Amino acid sequence: MTIGFACLVIGFLLALHAVAAGVYAGLTGDPRWAASARRAIYALAGLMSIAFIVLEAAYARSDFSFSLVSNNSSESTPAFYRLTALWSSQAGSLLLWVSVLAVFSALALRSTRNEHQQVAPWANAVLGGVATFFLGLMLFIGEANPFLAASPAALDGQGLNPLLRHPSMMFHPPMLYAGYVGFSIPFAYAVGALITRRVDAGWIRSTRHFTLLAWTFLSIGIMLGARWSYSELGWGGYWAWDPVENASLMPWLVGTAFLHSVMVQEKRGMLRVWNISLIIATFSLALLGTFLVRSGILDSIHAFGASTLGTPFLIFIFGVLAGSVALVISRLESLRSARRLDSLLSRESMFLLNNFLLVALAVTVFWGTFFPLISEALTGVKASVGPPWFNSYITPIAIGLVLVAGIGPLVSWRRMSPRRLPNLLAVPALTALTVLVLALARGSGDSLGATLTFTFGTFSIAVVIAELVRAARARRSSSDAPLPRVLGRMIGANRRRYGGYTVHVGIAVIFFGIAGSSAFDKVQERKLAVGESISVGDYRLTYDTPTAVLSEEKQTFGASLSVTRNGKPYTTLRPSRNYYPASSVSERGPIARYFEGETTSEVALRAGVQHDLWTAIEPDLTFLRANIAKAGKLPKSDDPRIQGYLLQALAQGYRNRQPPATFRVAVNPMVSWIWAGGLIALGGAALGLWPGALRRRRRSPGAAEAARIAKGAEDA
Amino acid sequence: MLEIFAVAALAAVCLWAVADPLTRGTGGGQPAGGPTSATEAAKEAKYREIRDAQADRQLGKLTEEQWRSVDADLRAEAIEILGDDPGFEPPSK
Repeated sequence: MTIGFACLVIGFLLALHAVAAGVYAGLTGDPRWAASARRAIYALAGLMSIAFIVLEAAYARSDFSFSLVSNNSSESTPAFYRLTALWSSQAGSLLLWVSVLAVFSALALRSTRNEHQQVAPWANAVLGGVATFFLGLMLFIGEANPFLAASPAALDGQGLNPLLRHPSMMFHPPMLYAGYVGFSIPFAYAVGALITRRVDAGWIRSTRHFTLLAWTFLSIGIMLGARWSYSELGWGGYWAWDPVENASLMPWLVGTAFLHSVMVQEKRGMLRVWNISLIIATFSLALLGTFLVRSGILDSIHAFGASTLGTPFLIFIFGVLAGSVALVISRLESLRSARRLDSLLSRESMFLLNNFLLVALAVTVFWGTFFPLISEALTGVKASVGPPWFNSYITPIAIGLVLVAGIGPLVSWRRMSPRRLPNLLAVPALTALTVLVLALARGSGDSLGATLTFTFGTFSIAVVIAELVRAARARRSSSDAPLPRVLGRMIGANRRRYGGYTVHVGIAVIFFGIAGSSAFDKVQERKLAVGESISVGDYRLTYDTPTAVLSEEKQTFGASLSVTRNGKPYTTLRPSRNYYPASSVSERGPIARYFEGETTSEVALRAGVQHDLWTAIEPDLTFLRANIAKAGKLPKSDDPRIQGYLLQALAQGYRNRQPPATFRVAVNPMVSWIWAGGLIALGGAALGLWPGALRRRRRSPGAAEAARIAKGAEDA
Repeated sequence: MLEIFAVAALAAVCLWAVADPLTRGTGGGQPAGGPTSATEAAKEAKYREIRDAQADRQLGKLTEEQWRSVDADLRAEAIEILGDDPGFEPPSK
């Protein structure tokens, strides 16, 4: 038994203890058992860190006695990809899940150990329960054990899936999982609050940073996935409404609704049922996201049974949902708020509308993702739901969301007189109108969706800027400080608000990018012989010469394209396609093996603020196959040294032959705005996460503040 | 052999970690009599509401009359919350 596996076993026992001790502490109020349960999670975090390090070390030194290392790495895998290959497999990703869960849980329980003495033990038990499930998967389902020994130990591994050899793809899984796992913290405390009927905003306040952190990680993970799709896959897009993509989007949408909605409960004590339901849904969707990727169900409902993880996952998700819903129903009386909405024209109403739209988006994505599986289960025929269906339903809801995101900051809490609105709306509306006119003048009228997105997105951004200017002016009226210092103090005093506003700006910019690239992209695909050209938009691409680089690791066939723009020399693009060796011997000979594994596209991209010029190639290897077969029949063609010479000869033959190739060329307007918007949103999230003066004032302000409030009340 | 020893040591440390609070008879945590976390959350939320209302007035979202009405409501609610604090004396009527 390796030390890594021992960590899993001891960790499993600790997780069970965390559940039992947490429940006992919750029932009896005994702080000793609460401390013991908490320490079980601390110890679990330590053990999972050790297990993680053990496996990483195995990858780093290419220890192929570990089955996981043997299947997902090799001597020739670059060091960076070796270290990040740990989470490229099912078992490794489960270890990552429980490791992040243990660390987050330890941090959360430590930070709340002096508060929530009734709620925390139950939260502890829930977190222990989740850890127990994932550890149980790794211990009792053979294929899920990350420390399984390779039998016999291989001399070299099979290498990392070529599709994953991209920096984005290496950070994408840990970011996604940190997001999924992060939502388990507010979920656990929500369950604890329900059990103890302490359903005020206390648990929200204590877990707020974990919620925002989870949302941030999930956002980064989704952006990285989109970036990988755009720059690695050969279709030229960044979002295909693929079920795996949707699996991460659903918890993000509902988690975003939760992040907004809890503000209403914190300030007004309202929307308690809504908030509890949102976090239950978010966590359940996070589990569902993990399940979808690992169960095989996405290929076909009949493939579901082929994976041994599917059934336990389904049972666990069902148990979490059923238990949570039963708890909510049993606590409905406690959850009801005495307060009602004072006015439809209020910040609370805007948040509620915002929530409806976000949940509507999530439900739409859910239906589109699972409908094929439902139809297959009921009728035996898998109905197809593709991007046109999603776009037709998602676009109008998303456009409405952008508009609401702009109106929300303008409206005050509780109630607002409609008379104030024209004054507040004037500048943002005028700015949006100007952009509308400009967009129509530039031909955006062909796409109503894009035009509305540009207009409402501009409105949202203008609202944020107007709010900043108004707030700065108000502060300067009572201060001689220069404007930058006033702005700095203003933002520093309310990081949460201005962090949120910055995220809104980032999301609006992302929407600009999505609208521009979706509605106005120009794509062409054509087979070209050497010397022939293809024109897309203002660009003309000429196929100058084929390229071929062959090595033991991969065979790369591509082309050099000279590009002119409006007749003037612009750039040279070199798209290519990689062919990786198959792991098994080929029937067509030892040389053919080098061309029968995975293939990946190396996109050639010239990015710009206005648009990207994107191209991918599908080389024509028809003539080469005959040469490959001939080479495989030569004497000593199974000698690696001879194979090297033969591969070089094949490469030279390809270059000499100058075969045609199929090129896919796209001019994608405003794609860079998506990545830029993502960075802006990330900056806003970082601002919101930054511990500010308010956190240092978390304790009661004391008699002085209380006296001020009382005096204010007396004056009133 | 070294691995077995390491595993045994890890198990022993974990056992000590979870058993120590039970054997020492202390659980840590907040001393009795301090303000509850629910009250803390309510206080912080109410202070934030009062500040937000002031900000809304400064930003032109509330008229002076509206702000006075909202502010009075909020301060009355704050006094109710502060009434739970030991040592706080509400304003005289």
